[in-house]
Amino acid sequence: MIYFDNSATTKVDNDVLNTYQKVSENYWGNPSSLHNFGEKSFNLLQQSRKQIADILGVAPAEIYFTSGGTEGDNWVIKGTAMAKREFGKHIITTQIEHAAVKNSAAALEDLGFDVTYLPVDEEGRVSAKDLEAAIRPDTILVSIMAVNNEVGSIQPLAEIAEVLKKYPKIHFHVDAVQGMAKGIHDLIFNDRVDFITFSGHKFHAPRGIGFIYGKNGRKINPLMDGGGQERGQRSGTENLPAIVGMAKAVRIVKDHENESIVTEQAIREKIYHHIIKLDKVRIFSKLNDHFAHHILCFAILGVKGETIVHAFEKEGIYISTTSACSSKKGVTSGTLNSMGVPQSEAKSAVRISLGDHNQLAEADKFNQVFDKLYDQFKKLS
Amino acid sequence: MKYSEIMVRYGELSTKGKNRRDFIRQLGKNVRDVLTEFEGIEVLAQRDRLHVILNGNDATPVMDAIGKVFGIETYSPVVRLSKDATLEDIQKTALEMINEQYEEGQTFKITTKRQNKDYPLNTYGVDNGVGGYVLDNIEGINAQMKQPDIDLRVDVRLTGIYLSSLTIQGALGLPVGTGGRGTMMLSGGIDSPVAAYMAMKRGVKVDMIHFFSPPYTSQQALAKAKDLTAKLTAFGGTIDFIEVPFTKIQEDIKEKVPEGYLMTIQRRMMLRIAAAITLDRHCNGVFTGESLGQVASQTIESMRVINEVTSLPVLRPLLSLDKTEIIKIARKIDTYDLSIMPFEDCCTIFTPPSPKTKPDLDKTIKFEKNIDVEGLMKMALENLKVTKIHVGDDYLNAQKDVFAELL
Repeated sequence: MIYFDNSATTKVDNDVLNTYQKVSENYWGNPSSLHNFGEKSFNLLQQSRKQIADILGVAPAEIYFTSGGTEGDNWVIKGTAMAKREFGKHIITTQIEHAAVKNSAAALEDLGFDVTYLPVDEEGRVSAKDLEAAIRPDTILVSIMAVNNEVGSIQPLAEIAEVLKKYPKIHFHVDAVQGMAKGIHDLIFNDRVDFITFSGHKFHAPRGIGFIYGKNGRKINPLMDGGGQERGQRSGTENLPAIVGMAKAVRIVKDHENESIVTEQAIREKIYHHIIKLDKVRIFSKLNDHFAHHILCFAILGVKGETIVHAFEKEGIYISTTSACSSKKGVTSGTLNSMGVPQSEAKSAVRISLGDHNQLAEADKFNQVFDKLYDQFKKLS
Repeated sequence: MKYSEIMVRYGELSTKGKNRRDFIRQLGKNVRDVLTEFEGIEVLAQRDRLHVILNGNDATPVMDAIGKVFGIETYSPVVRLSKDATLEDIQKTALEMINEQYEEGQTFKITTKRQNKDYPLNTYGVDNGVGGYVLDNIEGINAQMKQPDIDLRVDVRLTGIYLSSLTIQGALGLPVGTGGRGTMMLSGGIDSPVAAYMAMKRGVKVDMIHFFSPPYTSQQALAKAKDLTAKLTAFGGTIDFIEVPFTKIQEDIKEKVPEGYLMTIQRRMMLRIAAAITLDRHCNGVFTGESLGQVASQTIESMRVINEVTSLPVLRPLLSLDKTEIIKIARKIDTYDLSIMPFEDCCTIFTPPSPKTKPDLDKTIKFEKNIDVEGLMKMALENLKVTKIHVGDDYLNAQKDVFAELL
């Protein structure tokens, strides 16, 4: 099996799984309990927090554990709206955000907030100029993703950060769910960012765990009220086995970051150069530094994306139509539409997304299968 | 930038005449102590400067540690080239160094000093050669002799050629251990670690005295006090931690003394024991975290009655600070988050609902006769437990190593 759908989810790393199991067996005390059995869990929780913070170069108090990317995005967006509603009701985001951001913003629109959705260029990137033009005195939040999950475009966060330095009161949120250990750490953790969302299962940690970075001093309201865990910001008994597992996963993927980038880049380039020669192929992700090295979005004209996915799946290769979250609804890619890709091409789009476990040899195998399927498709159209 | 050493300039001690050698020796010891966690580091405490040779260690964490040690005026990360490095070597290193700091529109200057007169180029030659190279290779940079943004120093010495461009402010103060010795009554709250920090700032080596009352106070409270002590080692190295068994004394007082005087008499017992330990350890004073008027035991009237048990100086560095000021320092020295962890300590258990803020000395002495002061003290002093606390020790989280495998 060749798994090229790592932006949908990744395989849990064996060592992470091992940790998950050991913690479940040995440290199942509640971190909030007073007795020393609970205290051990609490220490393990704090040590995990510190490990993640140290690796990312932030303070442990700036890490809040969540249930994943969707919660992180919801929390920052709605939590900002609640905390800053006295100061304004305008939010800026982009047309190509993940549904967790887009629909959170839409939910706020129903409550009377105003949302500007920035357009993107043909590379799927917003411009800092457009952002600056959209800023109003009542803008309270700017939420822009690091790496687009459908085509892999990397947003110009450095330029956006420069613009936002002139507006220090606006919360700046980056959805970096596709950005962990992808060689863009400095871009994500730029000197203006206030909140960053991460999701564990996108980097070989288990499902149901994630975290947000929240800059010291920046306040959002909690969405989860209750027992006061996570310093009162996110109540609910901590999912300790998953948290420790995620801390381990962060270490593992960051330890291997450079090698993974080299391998993933090589796989992507090999496939890119192979398929670009074919006249019915359109590639939407480019080989320049405006795109992440682990995502390749392309179309075989005249064939529905769904058909391509199933054809590959018969050969033991797993890819996806553009986003796992929207693929079952049969809608075409929001990102491609915003990039100005014609509907006829967008409906044929599929996505390859690579992860730490992929090998270069898989690119050759993919290319062979691709050629075979391409010939079949040609006969059809 | 791969730095080879950190050069440390001495603080106030430079002015201390004949004590200078002791000061330098002490600072060298403290820096060595604080850096024990780093492998292969050498600390050379020389007459004019102290050199921390990195031997492959990353400069940043080492500088963070050095930045906290009292007795240091400023320090700089330095790259050492061999003593006969060519101009080209110097140029390349200088360029890399400036590039790391340079922001658009900044100015620079090269200052060369040449102690090694055998070096083929004179100071003018090095200045010009390096300056010209930097101008050629960084677009937009300008040279400026007066108050440049970046002052890159090239030191041509017999032992090598040293380049540095950053000068970072140190913690100032005096090296811990050059200002005599004292004890510190450390409860585990916010104030006492801050008071200890301020005592250490003036060079006093403090031994921590902690009153431990199991089962009324937990192992965690003890571990917390030890971890606070570990935090304080950052400023001057290893600290002795003295644990005083206090359960029996507190129980006796609670049983035999009227409620309004519980606190006063308890504090008198604490100070008596602290004073005895102080003398026994050849220390000369007791430090406390008291701040005037903060709680009942810290009124001037209370202080007088409590203080009556000893003629040793009781030093209160926080006397006139407001709580918010104390918290600010606690945050700075990174003890605040630990201090606010909610474990009962010796001061909070058995607190009567309304302790006397103006206790009467005669009554205090009268009520104190209800307990066996001598016997209780003897029992406590015979059962002290002393632990040496080192930089990086962790007691609350003693399972760090077990956890390391999981993480």
